[in-house]
Amino acid sequence: MKYEAVIGLEVHAQVHTRTKMYCGCPVIEDTGQLEPNTYVCPVCLALPGALPVVNRRVVELGILTGLALNGTLQPVNVFARKSYFYPDLPKGYQISQYELPLMTNGYLEIETSNGIKKIGITRLHMEEDTAKLYHEAGKTLIDFNRAGIPLLEIVSAPEMHTVEEVKAYAMTLRDVLVTLGLSTGDMEKGQIRFEANISVHPEKSQKLGTRTEVKNLNSFRALAKATDYEIQRQISLLRDGEMVIQQTMGWDEQQGKTYPQRSKEESHDYRYFPDPDIPPVEIPTLWIEEIRNQLPELPLAKKQRFIKTYRLGHYDAQLLVADYVIADFFEETVGRRPNLSPQDIANWITGEIFRLLKERQLTLKESGITPPKLAKLLQLWHTGTINNNVTKVILAEVFNTGIDPEVIVKREGLAQISDAQTLNTLIDGVITAHPQQVTQYLHGKHAVLSWFMGQVMKETQGKANPKEVQNLLRIHLEQRRFS
Amino acid sequence: MSTLADLTIHEALDLLDSREISAFELTQAVLSRVAATEDRVHAYLNLDAEGALAQAAKADKERLSGLQAALLGIPIAVKDNISTQGIETTCGSKILKGYIPPFDATAIKHLKDAGAVILGKTNQDEFAMGSSTENSGYGVTHNPWNLDRVPGGSSGGSAAAVSVGEALGALGTDTGGSVRQPAAFCGIVGLRPSYGRISRYGLIAFASSLDQIGPLTRDVEDAALLLSVLAGADPRDSTCRPNPVPTYTEGLDTGIKGLRIGIPTDYLAGQGIQPAVAKALKEALACLEEAGAELVELRLPHTQYGIATYYLIATAEASTNLARFDGVRYGIRIAEEGTLEQMYAQTRGQGLGEEVKRRIMLGTYTLSAGYYDAYYIKAQKVRTLIKQDFDQAFEQVDILVGPTTPTTAFKLGEHITDPLQMYLEDIFTIPPALAGIPCMSVPCGFDAEGLPVGLQFMAPPMEEAQLLKAAYAYEKMTRWNKRRPVLC
Repeated sequence: MKYEAVIGLEVHAQVHTRTKMYCGCPVIEDTGQLEPNTYVCPVCLALPGALPVVNRRVVELGILTGLALNGTLQPVNVFARKSYFYPDLPKGYQISQYELPLMTNGYLEIETSNGIKKIGITRLHMEEDTAKLYHEAGKTLIDFNRAGIPLLEIVSAPEMHTVEEVKAYAMTLRDVLVTLGLSTGDMEKGQIRFEANISVHPEKSQKLGTRTEVKNLNSFRALAKATDYEIQRQISLLRDGEMVIQQTMGWDEQQGKTYPQRSKEESHDYRYFPDPDIPPVEIPTLWIEEIRNQLPELPLAKKQRFIKTYRLGHYDAQLLVADYVIADFFEETVGRRPNLSPQDIANWITGEIFRLLKERQLTLKESGITPPKLAKLLQLWHTGTINNNVTKVILAEVFNTGIDPEVIVKREGLAQISDAQTLNTLIDGVITAHPQQVTQYLHGKHAVLSWFMGQVMKETQGKANPKEVQNLLRIHLEQRRFS
Repeated sequence: MSTLADLTIHEALDLLDSREISAFELTQAVLSRVAATEDRVHAYLNLDAEGALAQAAKADKERLSGLQAALLGIPIAVKDNISTQGIETTCGSKILKGYIPPFDATAIKHLKDAGAVILGKTNQDEFAMGSSTENSGYGVTHNPWNLDRVPGGSSGGSAAAVSVGEALGALGTDTGGSVRQPAAFCGIVGLRPSYGRISRYGLIAFASSLDQIGPLTRDVEDAALLLSVLAGADPRDSTCRPNPVPTYTEGLDTGIKGLRIGIPTDYLAGQGIQPAVAKALKEALACLEEAGAELVELRLPHTQYGIATYYLIATAEASTNLARFDGVRYGIRIAEEGTLEQMYAQTRGQGLGEEVKRRIMLGTYTLSAGYYDAYYIKAQKVRTLIKQDFDQAFEQVDILVGPTTPTTAFKLGEHITDPLQMYLEDIFTIPPALAGIPCMSVPCGFDAEGLPVGLQFMAPPMEEAQLLKAAYAYEKMTRWNKRRPVLC
């Protein structure tokens, strides 16, 4: 019997506003790097008597996301208390949204090998992050720097059926959030976290199976592997005539397995009710329209435009649009040198520049490379003033220092030697010095040509224009035939 | 013996401004009174005598240098559920023993900015849950009029202190009557402003949609004076109203001729009102009529549902508000050995008192899956009906008047085994709290045993000026507030 999987995703994304969700403490992207409990105040520590105040900017970014996800925005937003005891939750409740979330009934378009598909989004709401717990030597330490960082929770409809779809959805959503400027999308820093609701049922049956919820998936890899594992686990249970138990699962990265955390009977009653400390937040149409005007082009639309306008390959277009900073960088570079092929520019960005970004652990903005500098450099490369290898060397230096590529070329004398007179003298010298190899060439061993080539390059430290050298070498050698 | 400690705030300010007395002398007189009476009354949990004298000396210097501030040098007591930077704040609960707030409540900031001298923290029912101050984790407070009687609650310490001269005025908090009822029991003035008139930032929450800070004073003018200092918008409290703050002491004496005063008949019939209270009310109404007010009998038909509604909403909110007291970050922690759950159970089991635990259980139940609609949602609907009762009443009249409490101060221990009887004490104070309207209790007589009776005035939302004007006119005609308990 064949089985079909039904998967829905819950995504928690940190929102990088200046201040936290309900207090004035700064939002720090990677709180793990900070001295613990230094970005805290009475509100995010839940000291007695402290009160929350909603961060208006988060509502704005929430609306922006709601618009990007094509949903219906709630005109009156109610914040609710979600109660449970845990040391990472200082108030004993999380201020979230329950009955009237910011957005409902949206969708996200994803692209898989089967083409474009719409995945429904049930709801989007605002809430706050918890503190971070560190378990050390039988003790638990708490760092409240993360407590109160704004989160958007985005819940998809159970409309995905394959790991490929799940991955495409997760990555597309990440790209959207990055494009909207509310996240840097850095999974390693826990900025986007996933929970997958998974069930399987016989392909012929209409009735959905019992679902499990896999929590704490903090990378695309973990998401894909856990989803795949859980689907297979459930299918083999059903094949063996057993039942799937409705429960919450954890993911053991080391063992590559899901494991039960708690069953339905043990699940929390969160006792949601409207937070009396926060009056309902009204969202007038005028505000929505103002925000709609700020809506940037979304990655999938941009990708299609890049393929059409710049004739880029699918893969390169995908790489460029994943981060709007990179996409903008690409377009700006193209705009500066219309004679360069956009595909060439894309190749240099997704090749060398991506390699450097990864190697140096920098963002594009932190590096020294800018669209005018890249355009200048590639112009030198395009006209043959510098060869491939030299271009790479200069790019690395511009990347590190921000020095103008033309200045580097001049300072280092890196320009390619294409001048015929200089090359003629050089080649003549090399040929005269190696009569034995000349004889070999003249007796038909043409491979010797490459050897001569190497000699010339050695003499010029690689700066000789290889095409020119090859031409001139042939002419010089053929001349010896008659001398 | 009457001393400077028996002055009203405005009397003391006159003497301070004319340099007849110093703030230091005034504070000393209050501290002497504390020394003479506190062992019998137990109004304070934490008296900061040294700090108060230092603040008074500073106020004297500032006055000499020409500084003008609304409460410069006036000794004020503060209920223990209002955060005071550097001064232990326990909310009357053992679970907060040793907790010293690193910040001042906005109301305290306002007091300090106005030059007030903070005397210390007063006793209360634990987390403001109670009507007698017997639920304190740190012993009971005695009513200065009769030491065998309760001072009312939950702001019993503040009311007793103001009544007996251990402070010139005090801050209390009122969730369902916790300022007005002790004011009535102790023969002083207690004002509960409109919801949102005074910032709740730094007030340790019992029921967030009901809690309000309010002044306890010896006359209406002092209440107006304190309200002018305490009221106003606060960016730290989203429920605080942005309305401008008038100088409430101005125009107090314009009289009540032609004022339409509503008498809710539901506040009279069959609510266990003691004859002495009924008699005092009758006399008060006659007095108001004599002053030119027009009396109109009307109905507040949902009054009878007030207590049930209140105990669903207030406990629901409290059950989550008190979740933060988990032994993790402040206060006590009881966890020698064992699991996280055991730490919670031990800390909360031993740190919280019976009444608090009872209300947390009630509130948790109210919000539970399957009961939420039947209890919490229904209570919210009834709350709306109660609000509408008042809206409709205020279409006909300017002010409502009724008894503050059905009885005078009861005996210590009288209701301690019967929480329901204790809850009934708040039958008249709860509905206006649910409606969020301003209301206050003013002394209106004494029963045969010499215990004070309180008269409650109620006004439309944000109409404190109107409320104070009516109460002031009544007070000027009767002067019940001039009588003080004698303990020394």
